[in-house]
Amino acid sequence: MDESAQAKTHRDYTGSKIGMWLFLISEVFFFFGPFLLYSVFRYRFPSEFSAGSRELDLFLGTLNTALLLTSSLFVAVSVSAVKRGNRNLAAFLLVLTVLFGLAFLFNKYTEWDARITGGVYPGSAALLQQGKGKVIFYGLYFFMTGFHGLHVLAGVVLMGFMAVFVMTGAVRQGDFIKLENSGLYWHLVDIIWIYLFPLFYLVS
Amino acid sequence: MEEKISPHTVRYTVFVLVWAGLIALTWLTVKVAKTWSGALSVVSPLIIASVKTGLVLAFFMHLKYERRLIKIFCAAGIGIIIITAWLVYSDVLYR
Repeated sequence: MDESAQAKTHRDYTGSKIGMWLFLISEVFFFFGPFLLYSVFRYRFPSEFSAGSRELDLFLGTLNTALLLTSSLFVAVSVSAVKRGNRNLAAFLLVLTVLFGLAFLFNKYTEWDARITGGVYPGSAALLQQGKGKVIFYGLYFFMTGFHGLHVLAGVVLMGFMAVFVMTGAVRQGDFIKLENSGLYWHLVDIIWIYLFPLFYLVS
Repeated sequence: MEEKISPHTVRYTVFVLVWAGLIALTWLTVKVAKTWSGALSVVSPLIIASVKTGLVLAFFMHLKYERRLIKIFCAAGIGIIIITAWLVYSDVLYR
C-alpha cells in the first residue's frame, strides 16, 4: 500500500474556528480604542459633535447600514446553502455580497468626497477654524470610517475568493470552514458599522 | 479519526426573520434619535445597537449553536472591554 497516497491533509475544523474567533475578538479590541476616544471627547464637546453629526448624510448612512445588514443575511444563508450542497445559491449570494460591499464603499467615497471638496479634512484650514470639538469629531470620523472601510474592502476581496472557491469546490459540503470563517469576518465588519452608525450619524 | 463537523444547519427562514428584525431595529434607532432628547437619546441608540449586535452574534455568526468555549471567549472579550472602559473613565472623569 502506498503510504503517501493514504496520508490525508490534516484538517482541524474546531481549531480553525476557534482561531478565527480569537482573531475577531482582537479586532474588537482594536476598534474599541477609538470608540473610547469618541465617548470621552463627545462628553467634552457635546454641541460640536452634534453639529458635526448633522452635517453628515443620514440617508447614505442608513442606506449603508441596510446594505451591510442585508449582505450579512446573504453570507449567513450561503453558509447554510453550502452545508446543504446548494452550490449555485451560495455562489450567487456571495457575488451579491461583493456587489453590496462595493456599493457601501461607493457611498463612503461619495460622503468623503463631499467633506473633502467642502474643505473639511484632517488638518485643513477650514476645519481648524471651527474649533477643537469639530477637529476631533472629524478626525475620529475619517479615522474610524476609513479604517472600517479598509476592512470592508478586505471583506469584499475575501468574499470574491469564496465565491470562486464555492464554484471550484474548494469550499464544499464536506469542507466549508474557509467560508464560515470568512463569514464570521464579514459579520464582524457589519457589527462595527452597527455601532459606528449611531455614533456619527445620530448625535442629536 | 474523522472530526465531527458542525451538523447543525440553520434554516433560511430563521436568517430572514433575524434580518427583518435588524432592519426594524435600524428604523427604530433613527426614529428614537430624531424624536427623543437628552441623556435618553445618547443611551438608547447604543442599547439598540447592542441588541442588533446580539442578534448578529447569536444567529448570523452561529454563536447560539457553538461550543461553550467560544461563548466563554466572547464573554471574556466583553469583560475586558468593560474593564478597560471603566479604567479610562475613572482616569478621565477625575482629572
